[in-house]
Amino acid sequence: MTDPMSRPRAQPLIDMRGVGVSRSGRWLVQGVDLVIRPGEIVTLIGPNGSGKTTTAKTAVGILKPDSGRVDRARDLVVGYVPQKLAIDRSLPMRVARMMTLTTKAGAGAVEAALDRVGIAHLARAQVHDLSGGEFQRALLARAMLRRPDLLVLDEPVQGVDFSGEIALYELISELRDSEGCAVLLISHDLHVVMAKTDRVICLNGHVCCEGSPSSVAASPAYRQLFGDRAAEALAVYRHHHDHTHLPGGEISYPARHDHDDGDGYAHGHRHGDGPCSHAHGTTREADAAGRPGDADEADARAVEDHHA
Amino acid sequence: MLDDFFTRALLAGLGIAVIAGPLGCFVVWRRMAYFGDTMAHSALLGIALALAFEWATLPAVFLIAAVVSLALILLQRRGGLSTDSLLGILSHSTLAIGLVALAFMPWVRVDLLGYLFGDILAVTRADLAAIWGGSAVVGAALFLLWRPLLAGTVNAELASAEGQSPELARAAFMLLLAFVIAIAMKIVGILLITALLIIPAATARRFATSPETMALVAAVVGAMASTGGLYLSLGYDTPSGPSIVVAALMLFLLALLPLPRLARRRTTEEGAP
Repeated sequence: MTDPMSRPRAQPLIDMRGVGVSRSGRWLVQGVDLVIRPGEIVTLIGPNGSGKTTTAKTAVGILKPDSGRVDRARDLVVGYVPQKLAIDRSLPMRVARMMTLTTKAGAGAVEAALDRVGIAHLARAQVHDLSGGEFQRALLARAMLRRPDLLVLDEPVQGVDFSGEIALYELISELRDSEGCAVLLISHDLHVVMAKTDRVICLNGHVCCEGSPSSVAASPAYRQLFGDRAAEALAVYRHHHDHTHLPGGEISYPARHDHDDGDGYAHGHRHGDGPCSHAHGTTREADAAGRPGDADEADARAVEDHHA
Repeated sequence: MLDDFFTRALLAGLGIAVIAGPLGCFVVWRRMAYFGDTMAHSALLGIALALAFEWATLPAVFLIAAVVSLALILLQRRGGLSTDSLLGILSHSTLAIGLVALAFMPWVRVDLLGYLFGDILAVTRADLAAIWGGSAVVGAALFLLWRPLLAGTVNAELASAEGQSPELARAAFMLLLAFVIAIAMKIVGILLITALLIIPAATARRFATSPETMALVAAVVGAMASTGGLYLSLGYDTPSGPSIVVAALMLFLLALLPLPRLARRRTTEEGAP
């Protein structure tokens, strides 16, 4: 782990100021400031629907901000590992071919990139036949082959078991050290990424708190968002917080707070059963419009529509 | 050589097949079969437009197809209905409006059946030039667009983050599709064009291990289907457009039969460390 404060203050790769993104009249994120400097690992954490993916997409230019501004370094090379990537079975593709989707590279460079993530033996396999962990490694190798200034990883350990998860984070950290690229990491799980990250930004529609992993874990805003028990154990599989999200129309859970909500917007999130198994409940649904919403879900829908 | 109507038909079929195959691969990969169908159906409206204003058919068909794509994008943005339903509405209403519009012009005599099912045996030298010229232009464009289009097909956001402009590539692809439909109309007709895009590509999937080989094999399969279909039509005195589609289907079924076992063996060999 490197202390970003000890680095020279290099020109930032990404400089976001007061960025907001709205969809059909409600804000997915609002007032987000985010600076990423060369070589640092920045982690975005927050519950589902807190706008982590939206923020990252706006940072690299997939989405245009509806307010605020985003400045990117000139000729910034981004390597992107999306949250969901499913290659249609009708599209035949070997792992080696996937490496050069957006960049040209010789066979030697492709092999070296695959070797770096430990799947050189799978170069000729079809991408559809890979396991979840192998596929994530292939995606990581593909992004690294671009020699990016900034590597963006959106929940990179989905579909990977727990030991594989730790190995993958180790690998990401190693790659950062050897290649010197900055990393923007999205996670809803601070305890695994904690040792490997320079700076944590805790999101919930806006930036709740920001700083070194230990200072964020100790901050009241984080405790409020993720619950005291979670902050102590850093096992963030059940969040309690008092922010309001969109009425998703899902099953309503009773509030599980033991502290005072004040405004009556209590609702609970549950995580850990997989990316889609969270639930929202809100006591005043009509009032929730215009508040930070479930960006991850909205984006997933947009992607599906796009392919139709 | 070009004096013989059958030779002209063979060359026209080849000219379309070599470009419809690769383009059809993207239609399959991007799940745009219904979209292709909608564009093809809208071509009849284009023909009606051309006849009413005495325009050339090709630009009119191309224009209507482009307008229909734009209408689809706008309706998609509005939300509320699935793309599937929107395409169903656009597809059949443009076909119906085309038929109604033709009925409003009793002074024009049109060979409706020729438009609907193709009239490849009536291909002229000028048609042939348009087909091969158009095919070359589309082929060159597809070659240049290949990387961004393929990256956008795999994942639009990844392509966008890594500077590939997938939206632009997608729009260009829609225009290429409209263009190919406009020049292929004469071969198999409005109602059967999508088959020429989909069936060779689907057949090629069985033999391909990379996107590029699939596109090449699809072109070859399309060429075989078109040539085989024309000889079928000559031998049995069957309508030529439908015969080409039947030939394509026969190739598809043929590829389906013995291959699953072979393909599986090949992938396990490759997958082994």
